[in-house]
Amino acid sequence: MKRILSVLITTFAASISASAQEADNITIGYLHPAERLQTLSLLDRPTEDLGISGARLGLDDNNTTGQFTGQVYTLETAPVSGAADAEAAVQQVADAGAGWIVADLEAEALLAVADAAAARDMLVLNTGAPDDALRGEMCRANVIHVAPSRAMLADALAQYLAWKKWPRWFLLKGSHPEDEAFAQALGRAADRFGGRIVEERIYEDTGGARTTDSGHIQVQQRMPVFTQGAPDHDVVLVADENEVFGTYVPYHTWDPRPVMGTAGLEPTVWSPAHEQWAGIQVQNRFVDGYGRRMQAEDMLAWMAVRMIGEAATRTNSAEPEAIRSYLLGPDFTLAAFKGEALSLRDWDLQLRQPILLADDKTVVSVSPQEGFLHPTSFLDTLGYDRAESECEL
Amino acid sequence: MGVTSRGFAVLFLAGFAAQPAFAYKIFVSNEKSNDVTVLDGDTLEVIDTFEVGQRPRGITVANDGNHLLVAVGDDDTVEVYDTETYERLHTLPSGPDPELFVLHPSGNPLYIANEDDNLVTVVDLENRSMIAEIPVGVEPEGMGVSPDGSVIVNTSETTNMAHFIDTESHEIVANVLVDQRPRFAEFKSDGSEVWVSSEIGGTVSVIDPATHEIKHKIEFDIPGLRPEAIQPVGVRITEDMETAFVALGPANRVAVVDPETYEVLDYLLVGQRVWQLGFSPDESLLFSTNGVSNDISVIDVEDREVTKSVQVGEFPWGVVTTPD
Repeated sequence: MKRILSVLITTFAASISASAQEADNITIGYLHPAERLQTLSLLDRPTEDLGISGARLGLDDNNTTGQFTGQVYTLETAPVSGAADAEAAVQQVADAGAGWIVADLEAEALLAVADAAAARDMLVLNTGAPDDALRGEMCRANVIHVAPSRAMLADALAQYLAWKKWPRWFLLKGSHPEDEAFAQALGRAADRFGGRIVEERIYEDTGGARTTDSGHIQVQQRMPVFTQGAPDHDVVLVADENEVFGTYVPYHTWDPRPVMGTAGLEPTVWSPAHEQWAGIQVQNRFVDGYGRRMQAEDMLAWMAVRMIGEAATRTNSAEPEAIRSYLLGPDFTLAAFKGEALSLRDWDLQLRQPILLADDKTVVSVSPQEGFLHPTSFLDTLGYDRAESECEL
Repeated sequence: MGVTSRGFAVLFLAGFAAQPAFAYKIFVSNEKSNDVTVLDGDTLEVIDTFEVGQRPRGITVANDGNHLLVAVGDDDTVEVYDTETYERLHTLPSGPDPELFVLHPSGNPLYIANEDDNLVTVVDLENRSMIAEIPVGVEPEGMGVSPDGSVIVNTSETTNMAHFIDTESHEIVANVLVDQRPRFAEFKSDGSEVWVSSEIGGTVSVIDPATHEIKHKIEFDIPGLRPEAIQPVGVRITEDMETAFVALGPANRVAVVDPETYEVLDYLLVGQRVWQLGFSPDESLLFSTNGVSNDISVIDVEDREVTKSVQVGEFPWGVVTTPD
């Protein structure tokens, strides 16, 4: 009996070492915020696994393919509470064998991660920071931007407004720098696509809790007054990335107008309601695996992990250098349920992609809109084009 | 005399009524309206529509033309209908979310792609049982079978591979990496090549089934149309291997390809978002399902011309004809 057991163990050990020799290990680091912003709506409260589950699904999909290519993918996650944490978090995932970093972080933390990763020759895939400056004057040669920039999101919305012939925009913005940045992106989009911002108003963040028991009563008094007396406008645009007031704008405006931007109809990389172009398949896989609907953070993480998987499959390699040159080379494309191939802009390493326009129930439209032309890719009608870019890689 | 003439009349009527059975029928699955449109092969007119399960896509004819098989993905089954009465006879244990399938050349078994579960399910049509489940890549879709029935090819849309599966052992014997979102696999009638369309990649890979090497990649270029709109899906090659057709999705065209030189000879304008293709039994006509314009286009194979379009149900997806 003992002998049989030892024979069994030997065989088992042999088979493990054989497969360990054959399989290429590809470990991806995933850095996520230690804490996420509270939202105004209970429905939007971030779950603990937000983003991480998207990365895990991408990993599962890579591993399904890996069965046929002899590649095994693993994920190392680490929380980051700010730029000061970046070095330690990068060290942690690098020590665990990660060759790449997917970072769902804000700009400052992302840049710190990028520096720490550069010192280790690691590529960073940005899934969290929409700042145009990160793709412009502050761009880095080791940072790929999977997340669309604010300019891309604003242009996507502006094209739809142009198509609808709703050119007069009343802009409400929050008082945080991110809100100002998105407001500026909307202003740029107005110039590009024939919109006009008839007035801008700032909603000051005076602090306070996100949840109170008084509910709608004050909101119903305040929002109409806040939006009263604006010049004639077709739509109300909201730039409130920190969720101070935007959620309260729809149905409370002084004039009866649709609301768009960071509230109402939102330009976004993904919607839990997106099902066309086989989106239903990834949605089904996600719900089966994680028991909730797939959010934009999840899809961005899925895309980033799939990009590394795609490069590893195509190059038949687990070497960071081979994967990097494939991703940055002319042959890289990714299919991500958007009806066309996504690719990288070589001037700022931004992923080209269609942008969904979705409310909380449905995908209303997808930009680029019909009729906005471009000599090389219609997707380059969104965001900073080659000639406009201030990025020097 | 009266009796005789009445007998004659009955005979005559019976003969007349049976007449349409000699013409073939065209069946079109309508993904959104959850029904199947039936057209007469002679008149090319709609003669019937019958309701089926949720989200019908893959469609084929089995049991010598007597059975119509419809993959109803949202009901997680394959339904079997009588091609004469349109009565639902039974369902098959297809595994979840069946989309496309292919019948073994001998008429049995059926090989089904299960999109959500990364599986190919093998089902015996006679005793309606599952013979095997074969794990494949992410989002399996296209299914092709070699003319001798020894190999099936499944394409997985997110893994981007053509999986060659031995029909005896149910083992994968080779995986061939192709361009993004492979949708369909079609063998040449002599088994010398299998063509795999890549929807997002915009190409058709010609694979040698003996070496599992890609011999050639067919590319498409339509003046005035952006390349991203060219999305190959359905592929059909004539039995005589003289002509191949490739449905190009939102390009609204079917490409005519020389199967010998791989040269694209022509682009035929059809309806909007053309999905799948199916030949008439004698291969003189080709039918294309046009998903967005809710019609099928009829293409004259020899003249390479679109001769007619016929309105069908909502979002037509698959098309098949009964044998002559």
